Formats: sequence, C-alpha cells, structure tokens
Amino acid sequence: MLKLNKPWFKILTLLLLVYTCIYGLLGPVPRLPVLHETIRVLYFHVPMWFGMVILLTVSMVYGIRYLRNGDEQLDDMSLSFAKTGIVFGVLGLLTGMVWANYTWGTPWHGDPKQTAAAIAMLIYFAYLVLRNSIEDQQRKARVSAVYNVFAYAALIPLLFILPRLTSSMHPGSGGNPGFNTYDLDSNMRLVFYPAVLGWTFLGIWISLLTFRFRRLYSERMKKIYES
Amino acid sequence: MKKFTSLLLGLIWLSLSSFQPDEIEMADGLRSGGLIFIVVMVVLIMVLGLVFYLFTLDMKISKLEKESSEPKKE
Repeated sequence: MLKLNKPWFKILTLLLLVYTCIYGLLGPVPRLPVLHETIRVLYFHVPMWFGMVILLTVSMVYGIRYLRNGDEQLDDMSLSFAKTGIVFGVLGLLTGMVWANYTWGTPWHGDPKQTAAAIAMLIYFAYLVLRNSIEDQQRKARVSAVYNVFAYAALIPLLFILPRLTSSMHPGSGGNPGFNTYDLDSNMRLVFYPAVLGWTFLGIWISLLTFRFRRLYSERMKKIYES
Repeated sequence: MKKFTSLLLGLIWLSLSSFQPDEIEMADGLRSGGLIFIVVMVVLIMVLGLVFYLFTLDMKISKLEKESSEPKKE
C-alpha cells in the first residue's frame, strides 16, 4: 500500500473527486418520484460504504500479516486503515440519516441495513477501545489484530447478508442481488464508479498519512526512551 | 345510462390522472437560473480546500521523515 504514496496517486484522487462533484451535481439523472434530485446523494453516501469496506479489508489483511511475522509497522498500518474506515462508516451513517429523513420520512427508520451498519460501527468502536485498554505494545498489537479479524467476520454478514434476508428499504436488499441492471442507470454509472474510486483513494491517502505520522511518532518516542 | 357511463369514465380518468403526475419535479428551474452552479462551486471549494490541506500535511510529514532518516550531524 505504501507504493501508492506517489504524486500521481494524489493527483488522480483530486481529479476523480473534482469530476464527481461537477458531474455528480450537473449530470443527467433519472427522474424518479420521492427521490427527485436526492438521487445524487448516491455519489456521496454509497462510496462511503464501499470505501469503508475496502479500507477495513486492507486493515484486516495487515492484521493477519502482523500475526504472521510480528512486524510493528504492519500493526500501525492495520490501525491506520481501521481508523479511516471507521470515519468513513460514521460519515456513511450520518449522510444516510439526512437522506432517510427526506425520503423515508425519518432519520432512523430501523431499516435492517441501517441497524446492521450501526452495529458494525459499534463493533469497530470496540476495536479502538480494546487497543487503548492494553498497555503492553506487543500484546496490544496481537490482541487487536485477532479482534480485527473477528470484527471483519461480523461486518460482512451484517452489511451484505442479514439485510437481504428480510425486507429492507435499501435498494438491492430483500432478496435481490446488490447490483442488477435496474438499480443504476448507465448515465449514473459514469459518475458512480469514478466517485467510488475517488473517495476510496482519498481514504487510502488519509490512511497512509496517518500511518506515516504514527511511524514518526513512535520513532521519536523510542529516541526519548533511549536517551 | 349514457350519462352515467360517461360520468363513470370521467371519474376514472380523473382519479387515474390525479394519481399519476406526468411531470416529476426536478430542479430544472434552479439549473436554468444558474443557481446550481453556486452549489457546485461551494462543494468544489470544500473538496479543493480539504485536498490542499492533505497535500500540505503530506509535505510536512515527508519533511519530517527525511529529517529523521538522515543521520544527525553533531
């Protein structure tokens, strides 16, 4: 992932986001009752969840890699991606609540996917609490890497399986596959996929910054202890 | 009888047409008035500002990394 710490990656992120903001707000969208112009929220709300899943997957992979060889840097990487993923998830919940308030009639509808996403966020909050409650560096890294794997194993069914078993207001839930041809119009795909990439790349960039900051911080701490 | 059927048909037509608005309200007027561009500009300023901030953070961290990787001259 550190290979992405390159100028072209950051410029690409910037371009994708600028494209999303201009064409997301001005481009053609299908005219649908109830949704009206709020259909454009799709370019901002849904990429938060796509981004969160991708960032948390990266975090889990680095957790496993830490468990395999015990390199402290891998644990830092895992934590940085988990933190950004959690921020994305909270933003996804908040934007979803605003959207739900005007289309479903209430910010907290009790929709299965909404509730499951909230539970998943709580599980990941507990990850941060768990980390901060262990003093010893190695133990902290090991326990939180194991917890990370379990949290991820709960996240995927909560977001992608359980909401499909009941009826849900979210499109693609309630027995249907997530992305069928009726869900997304081809004009919207032209903005939606770049939007997902742009926001995810932004998340990766922030995670890498967090990681590099943590490395610097722990190096400095080590120097203070040694002197 | 003829009157009754035409009344019935009329009522059916009325109920159908009132339940199906043929125009779905979109922000066309806002768009033609040019006001949506203000929203686009505001959002763009925010995104550009945040990305600019990330760039400066990135440069600061790179500078610190360079400093800590170089052996200290004493």
